[in-house]
Amino acid sequence: MAEKKLMKGNEAIAEAAIRGGCRFYAGYPITPQNEIPEYMSWRLNEVGGHFVQAESEIAAINMVYGSAGAGGRAMTSSSSPGISLKQEGISYICGAELPCVIVNMVRSGPGLGGIQPAQCDYFQAVKGGGHGDYRMLVYAPNSVQECVNLMYDAYDKAEKYRLPVMMLGDGMLGQIMEAVELPPMKDPKTFPKKPWATTGEGIGKTRRIINSLYIVPDELEAMNKKLQKVYDEMAANETMVEEYKLDDAEIVLTAYGTVGRIVKSSVDLLREKGIKAGLIRPITVYPFPKDAFKRVGEMPCVKEIVAVELSTGQYIEDVKLYTECRKPVKFYGRSGGNVMSPEDVVDFVLKEVK
Amino acid sequence: MAKITISKNLCKGCGLCVEACPKKIMQVSKTVSNDKGYFVAECVDMSQCIGCAFCATTCPDCVITVEK
Amino acid sequence: MSIVFQKPKFLTDAPTHYCPGCSHGIVHRLVAEALEAVGAEGHVVGVAPVGCAVFAYNYFNCDMQEAAHGRAPAVATGIKYTNPDNIVFAYQGDGDLASIGLAEIVHAAARGVNITVIFINNAIYGMTGGQMAPTTLLGQKATTCIYGRDAMLNGNPIKVSEMLATLDGPSYVERVSVADVPNIKKAKKAIEKAFRNQAEGKGFSFVEVLCACPTNWHMTPLQAVEYVKGDMTKIFPLGVFKEV
Repeated sequence: MAEKKLMKGNEAIAEAAIRGGCRFYAGYPITPQNEIPEYMSWRLNEVGGHFVQAESEIAAINMVYGSAGAGGRAMTSSSSPGISLKQEGISYICGAELPCVIVNMVRSGPGLGGIQPAQCDYFQAVKGGGHGDYRMLVYAPNSVQECVNLMYDAYDKAEKYRLPVMMLGDGMLGQIMEAVELPPMKDPKTFPKKPWATTGEGIGKTRRIINSLYIVPDELEAMNKKLQKVYDEMAANETMVEEYKLDDAEIVLTAYGTVGRIVKSSVDLLREKGIKAGLIRPITVYPFPKDAFKRVGEMPCVKEIVAVELSTGQYIEDVKLYTECRKPVKFYGRSGGNVMSPEDVVDFVLKEVK
Repeated sequence: MAKITISKNLCKGCGLCVEACPKKIMQVSKTVSNDKGYFVAECVDMSQCIGCAFCATTCPDCVITVEK
Repeated sequence: MSIVFQKPKFLTDAPTHYCPGCSHGIVHRLVAEALEAVGAEGHVVGVAPVGCAVFAYNYFNCDMQEAAHGRAPAVATGIKYTNPDNIVFAYQGDGDLASIGLAEIVHAAARGVNITVIFINNAIYGMTGGQMAPTTLLGQKATTCIYGRDAMLNGNPIKVSEMLATLDGPSYVERVSVADVPNIKKAKKAIEKAFRNQAEGKGFSFVEVLCACPTNWHMTPLQAVEYVKGDMTKIFPLGVFKEV
């Protein structure tokens, strides 16, 4: 039974996580995601969960490692500089094959940067960020409702593949207020058992050990191969993409997150001007929607692709890679916290592409 | 003989100087405001000023210069 | 008539962004007065924190470096060891110093590196909108403990001065407040001493200053300084905790 409410992005994400089963949250204040720990601080108690305002983002991710290792549905959130701090912990979580949820409300960088929206953490989210060969399931929602929908099942996915699910948002998504339909609270009794978790009962051969240290090279190589198989399975099953007015498109615009939403309006504006524009909007940025881009690379009507992002050009590299350089790819981006309008994108296309 | 000069545009009307003044000759104006919209501090009777600089000492914004 | 009190030269002319009644402005001035008293002109570098004082590099009239959240003591250590004749100071809030930066301040203190650290304790996270700080009092409300800080749920406040004083490294640790004129005068002496110690090569000096945050305490400036004088001083007693 769905409930409809007007909610701020950050708060909706927190509520959806709780309805999806989150019962432990550790985080630290950083703009623009403060509403997430603030909401969790009172809401988790109401459902028998536990909230900790950690001393730092590093402590928080390690608390999540602990909770997840013990079988809990744990979550942390932060923004860019804080996510940088979490990288070691994320690598450990992946090496130990633990499920959890991490939210990044991206702000402009580098360094202390700004507090306005950006998409300059793409590399950090999908190409590693931390050390070692690991991946996460990375969602890039474009609306508060999409945040809620993806967050609601995030733990199910995280536990199926035993890895972190990252919600790659931005300052705009965290702060806007939209009407959302909230799904019903999941019943923890229905959650799958975790035979690997340190619930405290193990002894002798039944002990559970959560660890990422594999000092024997052959063992670590086998571990890495195992992880790669999981990522391949994830790529086969979890890739999500939105294709809009693509069938006869001559100019393909591509963007993710809130920029995907902005660019959808640009597509409509261009169509009104008689230009056959279309949109590819990845909903998972990892696994990357490779097939969608491969197809676009093979479509004879497509003349040019324009990657639009709030960065100086990160996502565009994967766009070029997966279209296998068969079509020219142009870049339109803003950074520093500036956000383009649908008209800005239209102007760019009219000037640079046609 | 002593006097204070108030840089009105730096004043945020916090009122700490009013409390600190031992001669009780400071107030936050109800009519005079600055470019930022703050009602500013003012001395209602400079002849009473003893130049103790308590107002300036407690002011967070270096609004007050004291002469003696 | 001559001027007996004016804005010190180690403060720039930039109007500050601090809220009306915020203690940052007072302590900035005390630091500037201390720098002048020890003749620091031409050889001083300050380190700004992440917090309301993140823009301190706009207000202190000397070379400044912005540090990542909590890392100011480490940054100051690097600066000091590069030009040891410089007066080097770190200016930090309670999130910066007592939360994420706890390792950095303890080790800088234990190392006894000859820097001056000014710790602004206003028992709240100001810049990010009023979350609980490590120094938030039990019962005090904040946006991440909306019913009031509870020892079981949220832990107990941390007394940094007492903690650092247990180490062999520091040469001087004092807690002061800027709640009223008599306290501000004592704070001025303490801060000047902390800088004089550095100038004389005495080693790590630390002054914790109890400060008001009217905005996030939801009080008027006058109510806020009363809270500092009353409740805060009860939990964080003023005084010298270490002096070599």
